[in-house]
Amino acid sequence: MNALRRPVRAFFAALEGLFDRIFGPEQNPLAHLGALGFFFYWIVVATGVHLYIGFDTSVAGAYDSVEHLSRSPWFLAGVSRSLHRYASDALVVVMFVHILREFGLDRCRGVRWFSWVVGMPIIVFVYASGISGYWLVWDRLAQYVAIASTEWLDWLPIFGEPIARNFLTRGSLDDRFFTLLVFLHIAVPLILVFVLWIHLQRISRPDINPPKRLAAGTAAMLLGLSLVYPATSQGPADLGTVTSIVRPDWFYLPLYPLVDFLSAGSVWAIVAGATLVMLAIPWLPPLRRPPAAVVTLDLCNGCGRCAEDCPYSAISMAPRSDGKPFEVEAVVDPDLCVSCGICVGACPTSTPFRSDPKLPTAIDVPEPALHALRDATREASRRCVGDRRILVFGCLHSAAALQPESADTAVVPLPCVGMLPPSFIDYVLSRDLADGVFLAGCADSSSYNRLGPRWTRARLAGERDPRLRQRVPRDRLAAAWLAPRDRKRLAAEIDAFRARLPKRAPASSARPALVAEREPAQ
Amino acid sequence: MSARLLQWAGQAAAYAGFAAFVGYFSSAPAYTHLDPAMALVKVSFSHGAPRQAACRERSAEELAKLPPTMRRKMDCPRVRPTVSLELLVDGIPLIAESLPPSGLSKDGPSRIYRTIPVTAGTHTLTARLRDTIRDDGEWDYERTITAELAPAQNFVVDFRADAGGFLFR
Ligand code: HEM
Ligand code: SF4
Ligand code: SF4
Repeated sequence: MNALRRPVRAFFAALEGLFDRIFGPEQNPLAHLGALGFFFYWIVVATGVHLYIGFDTSVAGAYDSVEHLSRSPWFLAGVSRSLHRYASDALVVVMFVHILREFGLDRCRGVRWFSWVVGMPIIVFVYASGISGYWLVWDRLAQYVAIASTEWLDWLPIFGEPIARNFLTRGSLDDRFFTLLVFLHIAVPLILVFVLWIHLQRISRPDINPPKRLAAGTAAMLLGLSLVYPATSQGPADLGTVTSIVRPDWFYLPLYPLVDFLSAGSVWAIVAGATLVMLAIPWLPPLRRPPAAVVTLDLCNGCGRCAEDCPYSAISMAPRSDGKPFEVEAVVDPDLCVSCGICVGACPTSTPFRSDPKLPTAIDVPEPALHALRDATREASRRCVGDRRILVFGCLHSAAALQPESADTAVVPLPCVGMLPPSFIDYVLSRDLADGVFLAGCADSSSYNRLGPRWTRARLAGERDPRLRQRVPRDRLAAAWLAPRDRKRLAAEIDAFRARLPKRAPASSARPALVAEREPAQ
Repeated sequence: MSARLLQWAGQAAAYAGFAAFVGYFSSAPAYTHLDPAMALVKVSFSHGAPRQAACRERSAEELAKLPPTMRRKMDCPRVRPTVSLELLVDGIPLIAESLPPSGLSKDGPSRIYRTIPVTAGTHTLTARLRDTIRDDGEWDYERTITAELAPAQNFVVDFRADAGGFLFR
């Protein structure tokens, strides 16, 4: 699976690079596929309600009522019908791109299996919603879909009377059965939104609303398409004749021709096989799971910053259990923790300015523990010589992973830049461990640990606790947020940083004031 | 400034491309499900063959072995016989099948749902059904019709014992 993942990832990296340039990194549609999915879903719901007002739920009246709707002026329902269809189609497209991208970014293994596995029923419900919608129009396509669907379902040995018999002859379809379909088309999308909610249970601050400009552009696109190329019906259904040629919606109905081509049984086998493979993907191969974050209760003051920043809702604040005079304490659910270390970077007790070699902190990930991170920092500093020494704190999942070191540049790897407490930057510069600090994290659009880069930027900008201290010279700090394939750009950014780095004053004169051996007041 | 313009053009192209992709595949290319010159014969019914085994009186010992609530005097097997079906189009048997009763205890109706594309035009259809156990090879029901099938016609062969047998619609 990993061999399959690499090309997918490379493909997305290239496409994201292109989209970053034309949409800007903030508005990159590929970074908001889930949010776009929701956006399309809401458009479908709104237009669906609009259409339902004028829809006749009887077999005899359905077709004419849809035709009437389509011809009515746009502020009535003409455009709503087209929007309803095209937003549903777009939903399928972004859903599959979203799946492929989460797969490429490897955000589905380990404890992240949950969102992936819940994705399976989402696919089923999206398809059930769309397909049932095509029945309601009761045109030739609807007739084809209804009969092909029921014939396909009838292959399963669970229904007594074949359901396809409901469509046998001109008189066989009754209003009751048709009303059942209308009901399904309303109920299934409602269940879908509930399953989407479950999908996001283990994700904190999920991105469910696209940024304004992207939303506006997308809405304008759908509206334009609806006006230029309105959705139409394919002639009234007639059970007395067979649908010979239809124009299917290939996003929702690709399996039906396949049933004709192969057989109902083989298509069931394909669907079952694909489902099994998809369900297995989070364990192909199983992710070697680094140990989860652990809380040292003695040190925890219950400030809640770790819980605020954890991208996977793995930390909750529980009533104090040790009698300390704080109301709450941090509790990690190891089943949800991906060991990104972002909580370590958030905790006010995570500071390298302690003399204890074990460098205790209230919350720590065992790999690498905070003390190991400090050791690695010191070790990296020793590798650097020159008057423009740079320490690169680099996320293992970003371009920094493979950044070569040079005489004056050393790399300290991290599971996520968000793990680095801002005090580390202060530490490196004030202790003269380097002349400049460079943070190399994931591009937001493809951040492996979701919110790490965002929180890091906010901490450095003084907008989010823990803030970077004022005394840290900002001209000795730089950052780049790049995808793994942007190695060359990262190297160029580091070179540019080195070139503009101010020369240090001789060690003897300027530094003493900064070398205070105390914890910075946070 | 021109970089800005290029961005706008890029976005317009991306949106247009996506819209064209969605718009096109939402109803194209067309798919031919059935050659328009063909008609479809659809054979579908659900028929329970009458139960055949005669009832039998249980002996006293047999009754004693049964739980008290089930001590009915007559033992009437609920199993239905298998239904045999043949459909000949212009003398050629297109269906020749045994339809076993459904259900775990074989007491449900026999069912079939089958579609057979045939060229449009005049055809002679013969449908025969046997729902009793017999050795003489005779059919319990048989009906022949000469029908003019229009292109794309959906010609249904149904069966209802209470309506006298085969129904052609
Ligand atoms: C229309 C349907 C879907 C919608 C609207 C949707 C929406 C979302 C959203 C909003 C997120 C959170 C993204 C973030 O904030 O980082 C997400 C995450 C995710 N989705 Fe979906 N999703 C859909 C279908 C699926 C399907 C079918 C699958 C897989 C088979 C899937 C797999 C995932 C995974 C693995 C994540 C977790 C990412 C992580 O752990 O960082 N999604 N989805
Ligand atoms: S390591 Fe990451 S996922 Fe685990 S508790 Fe900390 S912030 Fe949450
Ligand atoms: S950030 Fe640190 S001190 Fe604050 S609640 Fe979390 S573990 Fe405790």
